[in-house]
Parts: sequence; C-alpha cells; structure tokens
Amino acid sequence: MTQAADTAEHGQDAQSVVKKFMFVNRKAPYGTIYALEGLEVVLISAAFDQDVSLAFLDDGVYQLVKGQQTKALEVKNFSPTYRALEGYDVEKLYVERESLEARGLREDQLLVPVQVVGAAEMAALMDSQDVVIGF
Amino acid sequence: MLHIVNKSPYERNSLASCLAHTAAGAAVILIEDAVYAATRGNSAEAAIRKALESLPVYALAPDLEARGMQGSVIDGVKVVDFGGFVDLVAEHRTSQSWL
Repeated sequence: MTQAADTAEHGQDAQSVVKKFMFVNRKAPYGTIYALEGLEVVLISAAFDQDVSLAFLDDGVYQLVKGQQTKALEVKNFSPTYRALEGYDVEKLYVERESLEARGLREDQLLVPVQVVGAAEMAALMDSQDVVIGF
Repeated sequence: MLHIVNKSPYERNSLASCLAHTAAGAAVILIEDAVYAATRGNSAEAAIRKALESLPVYALAPDLEARGMQGSVIDGVKVVDFGGFVDLVAEHRTSQSWL
C-alpha cells in the first residue's frame, strides 16, 4: 500500500468509527489514584472524538463534591477538571441517586451539572454502551 | 454484557454493586479473590443465589483451585477454565470489570 493510500484509509477509519464509551467511577478521589487516572483517560478518549459518558456511583460520587481543598495535603486538586469536560464535548455525566442518598449527599453539593439516575436506569445506560471501562 | 468481578466480597462492595446493575442477558464471572463469593457459607451466598434466579454466574476454576475452594462451590454456579472465560467474553457484546 502506498503511503498516501494508507493515510487515506486511516483518515476514513477515524471518521467512521465512533463508539459509545462509558467510564464508570466507583472510587473516592484522593485515597487511591483511580479517580485521577480515570479522568486522564476520559480526556484522552474525548480527544479521539468518541461518544463519551461518565458514570459516578458508590464512592465515585465523592469525586464531584464541591469545595475540595488539597493545599494542606500537597496534592493536585483535580476537581476543577470536571468543570472543563464540557469544553471537550463530554457532557453526559450520570450520578446514581442511591449512592448519593447512602452518603447523605444532595445534587446541589456537586460541582458540575449532572443527570441523577436510579440504579436500574444506570444499568440500562451501561448496557447500551460499546465499551465500558471501570475505575 | 459480561460482568467481571475480581475482589473478595469482604474487601469491597464490587460484587454487590455489580449485581445491582445487571440488565437482561447479562452474565457474571467471578475471578481472582472474587471466587470466595462463589463458595458455600460465605456472606455473599444469598446474593449469589438470588442472582442465579435471573442470570448465569460463573467462577474461574484455576482461581478456585489455587485457593483450595474447588470443593465448596455453591450449586448452580458454573465453573469454567481459562478457555471458558475467553468463550464468555466472545459470546457477549461487551464486558465490564468491577474493580
């Protein structure tokens, strides 16, 4: 295959293959590296123009709590990044109602606009994806 | 959807959360430390038995054997080898790992 043909083929591939990716966040933000690493992967996949959505359940809902201050801990506060996702066309953020309620959290305590869904609806959303990656 | 769980039910809530998010046509496979959930008398036995009413539950034989639990598997849980695991991944359109 010539270089030009090779380039053309890959260019076409990049345009035609858009998959539904869901990143499932189930860990609290600073105790482990999962939340931060998950966010990095979300940004990478968004750069490839994929149909990206994020799910927050179990301790993952703590990632979105407003007012995170990490100065004394001397680690990066990555919570503002969730607000930047919109700029990468990542606008589907689903938060599980049961997980919020079990932790005494309300939607107005979260730092970005989200869609609050029940466990059954979350299960259906997961089932509708092409790729589901858990963190 | 094939749901893959690899943590002991005593260590994390991965299995409970997985079982709360299964849709029609789903299957669950227990690997690594999650195979303890497939054994008789463990704290997750009731949840596994309830799950078996609506979906298939598998446990990975090499992980059961390594832990000496191969003789304690709950009735109805299907034991598969690595090849069987690969078949399950191939049979389902998507898979999801519950870390």
